[in-house]
Amino acid sequence: MALLARNICKALSQATQKNTVRALHVGTIRQQESSVEQEGKLKCTLIPGDGVGPELVVAVQNVFKAADVPVEFEPYFLSEVNPTLSAPLDQVSNSIARNRVCLKGILATPDHSMTGELQTLNMKLRKSLDLYSNVVHVKSLPGIRSRHQNVDCVIIREQTEGEYSALEHESVKGVVECLKIVTATKSQRIAKFAFDYAVKNNRKKVTCVHKANIMKLGDGLFLKSCQEIAKMYPRVTFETMIVDNCTMQMVSNPHQFDVMVMPNLYGNIVDNLASGLVGGAGVVAGASYSAECVVFEPGARHTYSEAVGKNVANPTAMLLCAVKLLNHANLKRYGEQIREALNRVLNDGKVLTKDLGGQSSTTEFTAAVINSLR
Amino acid sequence: MAAQWIRTAISSKITGARLYSSKVHKCTLIPGDGIGPEISIAVQKIFDAAKVPIEWESVDVTPVKGPDGRFGIPQAAIDSVNRNKIGLKGPLMTPIGKGHRSLNLALRKEFNLYANVRPCLSLEGYKTLYDNVDVVTIRENTEGEYSGIEHEIVEGVVQSIKLITEEASRRVAEFAFQYATDNNRKKVTAVHKANIMRMSDGLFLRCCREAAQKFPSVKFEERYLDTVCLNMVQDPSQYDVLVMPNLYGDILSDMCAGLVGGLGLTPSGNIGLNGALFESVHGTAPDIAGQDKANPTALLLSAVMMLKYMGLSSHAKIIEQSAYDTIKEAKYLTGDLGGTAKCSEYTGEICKKIAAQVK
Repeated sequence: MALLARNICKALSQATQKNTVRALHVGTIRQQESSVEQEGKLKCTLIPGDGVGPELVVAVQNVFKAADVPVEFEPYFLSEVNPTLSAPLDQVSNSIARNRVCLKGILATPDHSMTGELQTLNMKLRKSLDLYSNVVHVKSLPGIRSRHQNVDCVIIREQTEGEYSALEHESVKGVVECLKIVTATKSQRIAKFAFDYAVKNNRKKVTCVHKANIMKLGDGLFLKSCQEIAKMYPRVTFETMIVDNCTMQMVSNPHQFDVMVMPNLYGNIVDNLASGLVGGAGVVAGASYSAECVVFEPGARHTYSEAVGKNVANPTAMLLCAVKLLNHANLKRYGEQIREALNRVLNDGKVLTKDLGGQSSTTEFTAAVINSLR
Repeated sequence: MAAQWIRTAISSKITGARLYSSKVHKCTLIPGDGIGPEISIAVQKIFDAAKVPIEWESVDVTPVKGPDGRFGIPQAAIDSVNRNKIGLKGPLMTPIGKGHRSLNLALRKEFNLYANVRPCLSLEGYKTLYDNVDVVTIRENTEGEYSGIEHEIVEGVVQSIKLITEEASRRVAEFAFQYATDNNRKKVTAVHKANIMRMSDGLFLRCCREAAQKFPSVKFEERYLDTVCLNMVQDPSQYDVLVMPNLYGDILSDMCAGLVGGLGLTPSGNIGLNGALFESVHGTAPDIAGQDKANPTALLLSAVMMLKYMGLSSHAKIIEQSAYDTIKEAKYLTGDLGGTAKCSEYTGEICKKIAAQVK
């Protein structure tokens, strides 16, 4: 029964519109038997990541244990900065492809790779699974004091091409060319994803963020693709905004935004900026979608490596990722239970980590969440 | 004759910019479109009140058809800036899809304006959510993502080239440190994304590191673009001078302007090999043009930046302080700052304050 409901949900999200672009999503609707084990436990790949990732993952596992969540983690240590301990990439991506869901910390990306390679491990993972869409729902949390209140926007970012194509070369000494690739297919795909997301989540507006006034061809193609797709969704308002203006509006009036769709690098910028508005990297969850699987990871990608072992990191973002994961896997009851517990702790404001102006440690915060589970 | 002029101009610069203060200096003024002319007049009035030894040379940059059949800036305007080495520019309208390059871009190319400097300072009297902003963004202005090299490889696949050269990177990096030293700034932060664009941003970063070694008295740090975005909106006070490639600079400078109240309050200067051009970066606001409603602050503060660049610091300080005081008193604020005053009233108040100090 649960299976059926989940598949219907997924089918609805992908197939609300019957049109030509639907062809982009061939193979979306498939049976997902394999992700649920015999005894009814959901298998989920777990990548703790670098920096404080492992500490945060322990927090999630403890909360899951306390709430008796029927999820069995399949942990893999994946790391670019620590290649000797890292599991092979194909093993990890196979596991995610098999389980369809993954909870992931942040992987550190050094400025130079050991092998002189240009692609980062993150890029490789995203490419191998075709995790093309990153969704970060930035929403002001209860009890967190910040300059901006009632922020509620969704940032959808294309993350398989654009500036993150790792195509660079030195033409002559001292002259480097870095290619930014924009394709019509992928631009249309992300635009359609954004509009489908808006329809499914009852959102009213989609804003395309671009820099087509300068990059007339590259961003122009992205903009054109969004405009084409927008025509198929007459009930969703469509707007366009230039990226520099967007960041300026974001810091002065973030309430005007609803769903935003943008190419890779701008997504990285706006994700972080918006996260800063609601309390920082420690409180914003995100998810990367392919047509087949979802990887849940914090919305602003920082390893917070300076805090390793200090037990000060805020597990909120990771817990919210886990909540999203449970909701996605149709374990809503557990998901909401954890979300409510988390909200109670934040609202109370007695046990908060340093980044939110409190004095408590990661473990104390986690214990507080566990104590308010009901 | 002209060559001689240029030579004297150059040599006087070498012997020290302060020489300017002893004589009347010519300065090119490009009033611009929309509200441009009225805010330019406001700035001229204020400069008159402060008795700044500057003679304006107003030029028109409406595109004309050149001998090659393409539209471009009139030669007279180019000559004027080349002669004076310094210019002040109001907002220009860039007609979309009219087949000629943006005028801003053309000016930038013509005068080799390689560094864009945008100080963002919280103004007392105009309340925003952030009241402790004091950062300067320095942006490489000639290459990077805005190199304009793009092509469609096959249908539906576009390749845009981000060009980073050692020469341009080093030039802007060294300028940033020089700026920090000259303006008593403590720290320069290089903003980059070398973890993703390892070669191009890596090169930029390396140039910054090398420049940092030449200026040991200025603190240097490296930060990822996303980290800066995240921290800037939480606590802007941790940054001082920021130096970065073109696109990042474009985005961050506008974001910082957003923190202090928008482009109507932030000045901007373009430093080049063949001169410097100071400008207001806001739009032409055609809807209020000619109605005496526009806010001249951005252009005025840009003009103040220009005075500082020319070594006329004492005049710069008087004008700057008078403008800040007028905003702080909040009696004569223009519509965009929540007041009801006209542009001329706001200008008049600043002139009055200046007159009290200049005898």
